[in-house]
Amino acid sequence: MTTALKLSNINKRYGDVSALLDINLEVNDGEFFSLLGPSGSGKTTCLKVIAGFEIPDTGEINLFGEDVSSIPPFNRDVNTVFQDYALFPHMNVKDNIAYSLKIKKIPKIEQEHLIEEILLTVKLHGYEQRKPSELSGGQRQRVALARSLINKPKVLLLDEPLGALDLKLREQMQIELKNLQRQFQITFIYVTHDQQEAMSMSDRIAIFNEGKIEQIDTPNNIYNKPKTAFVADFIGTTSIILKSNALKYFHYESSFSLRPEFIFINSDQNHDFNIEAQISDVQYQGSFYKILFKTNELELTSFFYPKTNQILDLTLGTKCKLSWDKKNITNLNE
Amino acid sequence: MSQKNWGHLMPSKKAFNLKKASLSLKLGAIIGILFLHIPLFLIILYAFTTEDKSYQFPPPGYTLKWFSIVLGREDIWSAVYLSIHVALVSTFAAIILGTLAAAALYKADFFGKQSITLLIILPIALPGIITGISLRSAYGVVGIPFSTWTIIISHATFCMVVVYNNVVARLRRTSPNIIQASMDLGANNFQTFFYIILPNLGTAILAGGMLAFALSFDEVIVTTFTAGQQTTLPIWMLSELIRPRQRPITNVVAVFIICITFIPILYASYVTRNTTDIEGSSK
Repeated sequence: MTTALKLSNINKRYGDVSALLDINLEVNDGEFFSLLGPSGSGKTTCLKVIAGFEIPDTGEINLFGEDVSSIPPFNRDVNTVFQDYALFPHMNVKDNIAYSLKIKKIPKIEQEHLIEEILLTVKLHGYEQRKPSELSGGQRQRVALARSLINKPKVLLLDEPLGALDLKLREQMQIELKNLQRQFQITFIYVTHDQQEAMSMSDRIAIFNEGKIEQIDTPNNIYNKPKTAFVADFIGTTSIILKSNALKYFHYESSFSLRPEFIFINSDQNHDFNIEAQISDVQYQGSFYKILFKTNELELTSFFYPKTNQILDLTLGTKCKLSWDKKNITNLNE
Repeated sequence: MSQKNWGHLMPSKKAFNLKKASLSLKLGAIIGILFLHIPLFLIILYAFTTEDKSYQFPPPGYTLKWFSIVLGREDIWSAVYLSIHVALVSTFAAIILGTLAAAALYKADFFGKQSITLLIILPIALPGIITGISLRSAYGVVGIPFSTWTIIISHATFCMVVVYNNVVARLRRTSPNIIQASMDLGANNFQTFFYIILPNLGTAILAGGMLAFALSFDEVIVTTFTAGQQTTLPIWMLSELIRPRQRPITNVVAVFIICITFIPILYASYVTRNTTDIEGSSK
């Protein structure tokens, strides 16, 4: 498999603050790769470094085997879809999309052909003459995509592209983005703070925290085998048991994390770990209940799926027996 | 629009009929418009009067002779020429300096930025008489003799501010990402400037320039202090009014100025007619 993008030892400081700290990552050609993290974690800075808008203090950016660190953004074979779309307000849809073709001095006839094709792809046929101010959020999003895709870039960078859309439209655009990526076979590098979005769309995810990458892995491994407490805590719901408590309650030698779906409530079978705890909070989630259990020092979150044969008293303070197996826990590095 | 939102503020049933203004509002509007425009009308009217000492109403008779007298008066035309010359050059300087200052102060963030912004705006905030006196003494200290150029420099100080204000306001309403987007799509600095930045700032620069021209063209106070022996049109008119002979000549010149200033005003409203939403970023 070809490596599309390789970042080696990227560092970037703003005054006293480290925005990026020794970033190393490799993205394969045709991959849907997400940079996920809370706001201020450095994921957008990392994207701007790849695009060429930010110059890193140290490190090398490599695109398909070529060092592009010193190449200005307008000569890099990557394109960006901006968070606020950054459409040119004084141009109509067609001129926005044709901008890069005009810059590259591509013959008019060929331009018309390419525009026609991309408008069909993003379903914007008939909107050529509209100004960006006359479009809805979803349509602007499509114009921004078309404007970048018409270049057939090797790598497309997307900076929280769905952040401004409402939930329904966002879900619809997620599917369309994924289809576009398959159709064009372009490497997507996708910045988001929405873990659901990253999990459902990505081939692999890099988790950012305070300028560092905590883990690069497939969504499945990120969820089931988090390497650090931050990743375990950031992705999905999880209970983290620190080493001191693990020793004290379970005679277990390491900190570990535990997903709620692996905790059995009042199970009559034998399991590796057992503890009694009180219900301290119950959240109704539709098809299941999210229950927070507490002992003196431990907090554990579990899901309860009501079934016909199981009855659970959900009154706060009720004591329950919780149990889980060793194979379902993930050891964490301190 | 939001007529219903205003309903609760209205005392009576008229709330449901807001498209029809009340009689008192109509009267008020008519009186206001008359108050603004009757003096203009009078100026035009007295350009044709046969009476040359006082403004008698109604004029005893009508004539076109003042127009031919004005055409033959060398001093008027040299004043008109000087005013246009000063306004054009100071507006040109103001456009360049104001746009550059706006671009620099919008983009950069440094210690003392607020103070510099204040210093740029100061010439228009200060009373003209202060600007006039300080510039006059400054020319004296440096030893620059009074000439057309001293007027131009003085006018440029406050003309620059209106261009600066217009351009900064436009920049604030423009998404900074569009410049990055342009470069991302392959345009170099030069292309980005001509295809993206200039078209977006164009109408703001034009509006600022028009305003600057108008400010310079009718400026009296600063000009009085910095002109020396030169006579611009407003100063000529002022001196003509003080010495009342052939009064309607002033009115003829005023009619001429009204006609001239109408052209840029109409043009400005023509080019900016669709731009109410042009600044809006895509959000």
